Amino acid sequence: MLDKLNEIEKAALEDLSSITEQTALDAWRVSNVGRSSPLMQIFAGFGKLSKEEKPIVGAAANRVKVALESALEEKTQAVKYAALAKSLSEEKLDITLPGREVNIGRLHPANQQLRRVLAILAEMGFQVYTSREVETDEMNFQMLNFAPHHPAREMQDSFYVESEGREDNPILMRTHTSPGQIRAMREAVATNPQNPPPIRIALPGMCYRYEQITARSEIQFNQVEGLAVGEGITFADLKGTLTDFARRMFGKDARVRFRASYFPFTEPSAEVDVECFVCGGKGCQVCKNSGWLEILGCGMVHPNVLQNGGYDPKRYTGFAFGMGPERQLMLRNKINDIRYFWGNDLRFLEQF
Amino acid sequence: MKLPISWLKDFIDLDGITVEDIARKLTLAGLEVDEILYAGLPMPTYGAGEKHEFKTNGIAWDKEKIVVAEIREVKEHPNADKLTLLDLYDGQQEQVVLTGAPNIFHLKGTGKLPKPIKVAYAKEGATIYDGHADGLVLTTLKRAKIRGVDSYSMVCSEKELGITGEHEGIILLDDDAPVGMSLADHIGDAVLDISILPNMARNANVIGIARELAALTGRELRKQVNTETGKQPSTLNLQPVTDLVEIEITNSELNPRFVAGLIRGVEIKPSPYQIQRRLKLAGIRAINNIVDATNYAMIELGEPLHAFDYDVLKERAGEKKIKLITRPAQEGEELVTLDGEKRKLTSMNVLVCDEKSSLSLAGVMGGTESEVTQNTRNVLLEGAAWNFINIRRTAKQHNLPSEASFRFSRGVHPALAETGVKRGLQYMAAWANGSIAPGLVDVYPLKPKDSVVEVTPKDVKRLLGIELTLEQIAELLSRLEFKCEITDHHLQVTAPAHRMDIDEGVVGLADVLEEVARSYGFDKIPTTTISDALPPQAGNPIHEWEEHLRDLLVAIGMQEVVTYRMTSPEREGRVIAHGEYVRIANPIAPERSVLRQSLLAAVLEVAEKNARAESIVMFEVGSIFEPVKNDLPNEPRKLAIVMTGARSASAWDVKAAPAFDFYDMKGRIELLLAGLRYTDIVYAETESTYSLHPGKSAEVKINGQVVGVFGELHPLAKEKYEFGDAPVIVAEFDLEKLRTLNPSYGIIPVSEFPPMYEDIAIILDESVAASAVEALIRQTGGKTVTDVRLFDVYRDEKIGAGKKSLAYSLTYQAAKTLTDADAAAIRNKIVKRLENTIGAKLRS
Repeated sequence: MLDKLNEIEKAALEDLSSITEQTALDAWRVSNVGRSSPLMQIFAGFGKLSKEEKPIVGAAANRVKVALESALEEKTQAVKYAALAKSLSEEKLDITLPGREVNIGRLHPANQQLRRVLAILAEMGFQVYTSREVETDEMNFQMLNFAPHHPAREMQDSFYVESEGREDNPILMRTHTSPGQIRAMREAVATNPQNPPPIRIALPGMCYRYEQITARSEIQFNQVEGLAVGEGITFADLKGTLTDFARRMFGKDARVRFRASYFPFTEPSAEVDVECFVCGGKGCQVCKNSGWLEILGCGMVHPNVLQNGGYDPKRYTGFAFGMGPERQLMLRNKINDIRYFWGNDLRFLEQF
Repeated sequence: MKLPISWLKDFIDLDGITVEDIARKLTLAGLEVDEILYAGLPMPTYGAGEKHEFKTNGIAWDKEKIVVAEIREVKEHPNADKLTLLDLYDGQQEQVVLTGAPNIFHLKGTGKLPKPIKVAYAKEGATIYDGHADGLVLTTLKRAKIRGVDSYSMVCSEKELGITGEHEGIILLDDDAPVGMSLADHIGDAVLDISILPNMARNANVIGIARELAALTGRELRKQVNTETGKQPSTLNLQPVTDLVEIEITNSELNPRFVAGLIRGVEIKPSPYQIQRRLKLAGIRAINNIVDATNYAMIELGEPLHAFDYDVLKERAGEKKIKLITRPAQEGEELVTLDGEKRKLTSMNVLVCDEKSSLSLAGVMGGTESEVTQNTRNVLLEGAAWNFINIRRTAKQHNLPSEASFRFSRGVHPALAETGVKRGLQYMAAWANGSIAPGLVDVYPLKPKDSVVEVTPKDVKRLLGIELTLEQIAELLSRLEFKCEITDHHLQVTAPAHRMDIDEGVVGLADVLEEVARSYGFDKIPTTTISDALPPQAGNPIHEWEEHLRDLLVAIGMQEVVTYRMTSPEREGRVIAHGEYVRIANPIAPERSVLRQSLLAAVLEVAEKNARAESIVMFEVGSIFEPVKNDLPNEPRKLAIVMTGARSASAWDVKAAPAFDFYDMKGRIELLLAGLRYTDIVYAETESTYSLHPGKSAEVKINGQVVGVFGELHPLAKEKYEFGDAPVIVAEFDLEKLRTLNPSYGIIPVSEFPPMYEDIAIILDESVAASAVEALIRQTGGKTVTDVRLFDVYRDEKIGAGKKSLAYSLTYQAAKTLTDADAAAIRNKIVKRLENTIGAKLRS
């Protein structure tokens, strides 16, 4: 009997070892541990055994049963994993096929850049001040120390708006956001004429110059100006503020230099160059081999402008600066055609 | 302005400073160098990968291989008529050089030259520009046989040496050029191209730049004329010019000063080569010694001069003394200017006349009749001061930009008139062998007041943030020729007699402090943070709200665009009715002649341009412009949205999605308004709008107020654009209205009890609006019905003509676990209400 059990075990395990899939496994279970399997027949014939044989055969039959069941268990797992491994290997994707497109929204790149600039300025205490786009000659030029026929007006050719009887003060498209400086100062003075409060504002917005539309010139462009007015604001403060700004805008190691320049509404005036962030100052196409990029114009607010804004230039000083977000983007992204911005081709816009 | 370094060196010692250093110093001080053109001087060398700091062009001349040589004889070429062979001595040995230069051709076969001709000689191996190539192509001289004669070197033209583009003949150097000397040492140069800012007009001359450099380097400025180029004037026993010429100024505002000098017995011929070369490098054409002298003095000093043929004036005056009169032109008066143009004048133009008629357009261009010609023997030289505004307008009116008008229209100090005439005469004497008549006619009715400004160290500290002593301030300003007097506590500063840009009082102080800062060096001023108080923080609610609006639109999946403000009524006429426009008086083109009145029209144009894109959802937030007669226009803010194309992107395994329609736009508007926290929203049929499909458009009312419209573009409007088949869905909102409504804040609490869902489908008349059904369901269901979702609209013969089926999914939710019985009760109530109110039938 024991020999028979050993034979059953041996034959069953031998059968099991060659099985690789579930149906064969099911059949094996029926024929080896099923009710009518030889092993179970032995359990069924238990009653016919002698008293002496019972415990010996019982223990042996149980051992074989446990052995077969655990072998079955093991095999079941193995078959399952083999099947999974097979299906996983068959389910392999072509991972190089393109991902599915998602339609998302974006801000216009110029406004993205405007936001970057305004966010930095806001943290530096400059609050946004917006004003109208169509202005008078008085606000756009005269109040900003551009005398009539001043050569500096040639730097800002204007679009004029048709009107009658306004020869002395024609209406025009603002050429810079600077008229907002006068408006902001006057509003501040109105709140406290004897002791006007300090001013720290950022003036963003669209400006217009009479140009032909080419790769290098546009009839409209965004500008952001900054204005700080108070008692005790110096050129050294201007340098400090704009150096900080440049570091925030172009990286903490950005080197800047201040170059004397001219704007009618500031004196002294300067251009701020930042070390070329494309080549690191070594010289490249973007910086025209100079190693520097012109990014800002600035200066101490001209006494006449303070006066026109209602601030006594003997008591107050201030500085102003201006920059072009589109120009910054062009430099940063090596955009060589300014017409991309208002061309609004989705193939351009979607790159930002 | 183009400035040859060699010329600069007449006035300041620049030894030990490289050309690039000079350029850098000038650039930082506000005289931006745009380009350096090398014409002979050694160019700076850079390692691999390093680039020039400045835009650099030109050529350096090899000191060994390009030298001064002399031609001793011009011989025939045995095999070529148009070529000659030169016997040439290069300081070391005799050479035979082949040339085709036309300007020595006439000497061919004349034997040994009585006076050798000095030339620029490039030896074998020298690198020069190819004279025959288009543009600038470098070439290295190699040995070759030309028509049977060995050729290995060359006498050079200006083009070959990079001085000008001229290749018509070879350079003929001055007689005193030392044979054998390296040409680079003799006339090697570098030219700085400097941008002159409007407030730097005083520096648009060699001395001006030299003065700035003197201030920047602490070196001495030599203002006297270079003795190498100008001989001392010879004054024989000539009649003083004051006996021969008188001047009358009729309007001293327009002509504050007029100076005239006379030189006699001039011999018109080319100027010395050194002079011609400098003029050419400065961008001025060399004409003859007299004209060159006026130009040379102008470039050197900044005072434009005008030379008259004295004998022409004398003849016109007849027996009388020559009288020059300056006066405004009469309307319609004519003058033929030097360029041969007959100019029709206005009263704005100022003329220099004699008693017979006009002679020249003051400060801008001379007339033909009295111009210097080959036959001129006596020259009357004019140096004057003109009103800069007047000159600027005149030059603009007649489109006559010139070196003279460039300077006069930016202001030239009257003091320079006298210096200029003296210097011009001196050069004429030197180059044309003339004799200067004693004295000058000098009428100076309007002498500008010298600006005097008081400066204290406190002023410097207050504006610039640096501590300087009175002595330091005085030192910085003196370098720029300000006269400085130190008294107890302040400095009295007088502006020098070449500056028109220094005011007095508080503005004058700023003018002077700017000069202190420039002279001190912007780079040396420290960087500090503002110590002044921060202003009260007010923010900019309108701007912030618009930024929030943009964020919502972007989050909904829209692409922002920014378009032109200038358009034309025709372009906008495709979607809006023509109205009164804000018109541009000087448009760049007819299609940009007015300011836009429709933001939607602008966005539609952009969408049209992108019509090939699979899917377009774009918006713009911006101003439109409404005219106000003879006053500033209104600039209301608008939002425009345009959608067209596929609802979602196609992919390699997904076919094109259906096209956007009315409800895609509506869904987005619902999201937008929810984001703005508006709840009382009604979508109503619109009154006839110009550009919208009458049946597929709606107006949006919030709190009972219309804030915008949206819908499908009217087929007739769409037809005017080049769109594809897909409908174009548009929306436009008035931002002022949208912004100023009362938002409602608050949330619907999220219940912890399980919701129940139930669908009901009803059949009802086509005419009943879905919004009415939903409103009834919500009203009847009360708070327990937390969501009503239309999931199907169905029309079929089976349900009958003029009928539709609407299927809703309802969500019940209460502060307890609802039972089936609870749901049934609400449902029955709703169905009954729908039956009674709008005749709806439950669909089985």
